[in-house]
Amino acid sequence: MPKEYKTPMLDELEKGPWPSFVKEIKLAAKKNVMSNDLLGLLERSYNERLGHWKHGGIVGVFGYGGGVIGRYTDLPEEYPEISHFHTLRINQPSGWFYTTEALRTLCDIWDRHGSGLTNMHGSTGDIIFLGTKTDELEPIFKELTEAGFDLGGSGSDMRTPSCCVGPGRCEWACYDTLQRCYDITMKYQDELHRPAFPYKWKFKFSGCPNDCVAAIARADISIIGTWKDDIKMDQAEVKKYAENGVDIFNDVVLNCPAKCMKYDGDKLEINNNDCRRCMHCINVMPKALRPGDDKGAIVLIGAKAPIVEGALLSSVLIPFLNIDDDEEFEDFCDLVEEMQDVWCEEGKNRERVGEFIQRVGMGNFLEAVGVEPIPEMIAYPRDNPYIFFEMDEDEEEEEE
Amino acid sequence: MAKTIEEIADFMFKQVSEAQEVSKKLKPGDLTKLAIKAFGDEGVDKKMGKMAIKELVLSGKCVYTYFGGSFLELPHREGAAND
Repeated sequence: MPKEYKTPMLDELEKGPWPSFVKEIKLAAKKNVMSNDLLGLLERSYNERLGHWKHGGIVGVFGYGGGVIGRYTDLPEEYPEISHFHTLRINQPSGWFYTTEALRTLCDIWDRHGSGLTNMHGSTGDIIFLGTKTDELEPIFKELTEAGFDLGGSGSDMRTPSCCVGPGRCEWACYDTLQRCYDITMKYQDELHRPAFPYKWKFKFSGCPNDCVAAIARADISIIGTWKDDIKMDQAEVKKYAENGVDIFNDVVLNCPAKCMKYDGDKLEINNNDCRRCMHCINVMPKALRPGDDKGAIVLIGAKAPIVEGALLSSVLIPFLNIDDDEEFEDFCDLVEEMQDVWCEEGKNRERVGEFIQRVGMGNFLEAVGVEPIPEMIAYPRDNPYIFFEMDEDEEEEEE
Repeated sequence: MAKTIEEIADFMFKQVSEAQEVSKKLKPGDLTKLAIKAFGDEGVDKKMGKMAIKELVLSGKCVYTYFGGSFLELPHREGAAND
């Protein structure tokens, strides 16, 4: 008979109209002893204001260095069912598209071998299985691979690449995020499963500047869709938006970060040379405005969340890449490998590539990876470049 | 004479063993650098280092561990293992 825990503090988290993880753990606890002990330990942690988990360690599946995050409690005698409570990261399909059959298969595997608790999906993008014992890891892995799934990344490896739904569901996608995310995942299987970097390395693919996977804030390499030509405009639809109550001047024109729009109450004008491709006007009036036809991606480098050091947003590395073109994509991969080589050679332990660039300077980094600095490599749009351009002899003479 | 992957793996295994004796942990990147330093003039490069690490792990001689970062260590019982 499983122990019954009183959980007054956790119960507070069931109140309110929003979804509650406590409610879900309680549901799972009715048929899973691990989830039951988890409730008890969590209540205790809330009371003591103290975590009782040890994270990391030696556990994993044979041959892989990532995908399993070891977790043990320091109170195994009191909560024996969760003395081991390892997390598994499972590589999600590009854009998180599943059949119901695939979801049932995943859940059945997890019900047989773990706590039954999942996180769909973790902030990494992976399918997260929360809580299993060491002895169950190989059987889970075997069943997952038989069902066509594989573990994702963890530790100092290439993390599971993730992408937005892209052209699968979104009309704004400026390139095929699903395809390129899949290509990178398959091309770098060794980097994904066998950690060899100074620290984690993340690719995230967003189809347009709305950046639904928040690549610019999280990924070491952010690949964000954009376009080079003019925003496509339908003036008749602009009028309809105005007639239907959209305050075009206040909600669109004044919110344009580049201040590149004019609206005289009848006609909308955009100075496309100054447009920052932020998508704000397109989001407000999707029937009237659309991205241009000359589409591709902007590649940025160096974002990270605050763990060891503070947060960084990524900055421009390649202003425009026709990433759907196989040749340009291969060139991009070559550059990525060059950057990884430099980072592996010179990077410190637990130093993300963005921090590495901050330490050595972007100019030196670009020189080391063989990329010419260009004015588009800026920290913020319409801001000063942080590259100092050196004049060659002819330019110096001209200047004199 | 060019080094084989097995020879590089043996060298790396020795490095890991010696490091562990003094409670030091080596990252896969450290091992590759050490192998290139020792045998670079015999043609050992990053790619071979990577293959040697794979060989080490698939042979079961070393395992990946995570303690803030990823390391290669000799298989051992973890202190916090609760088994």
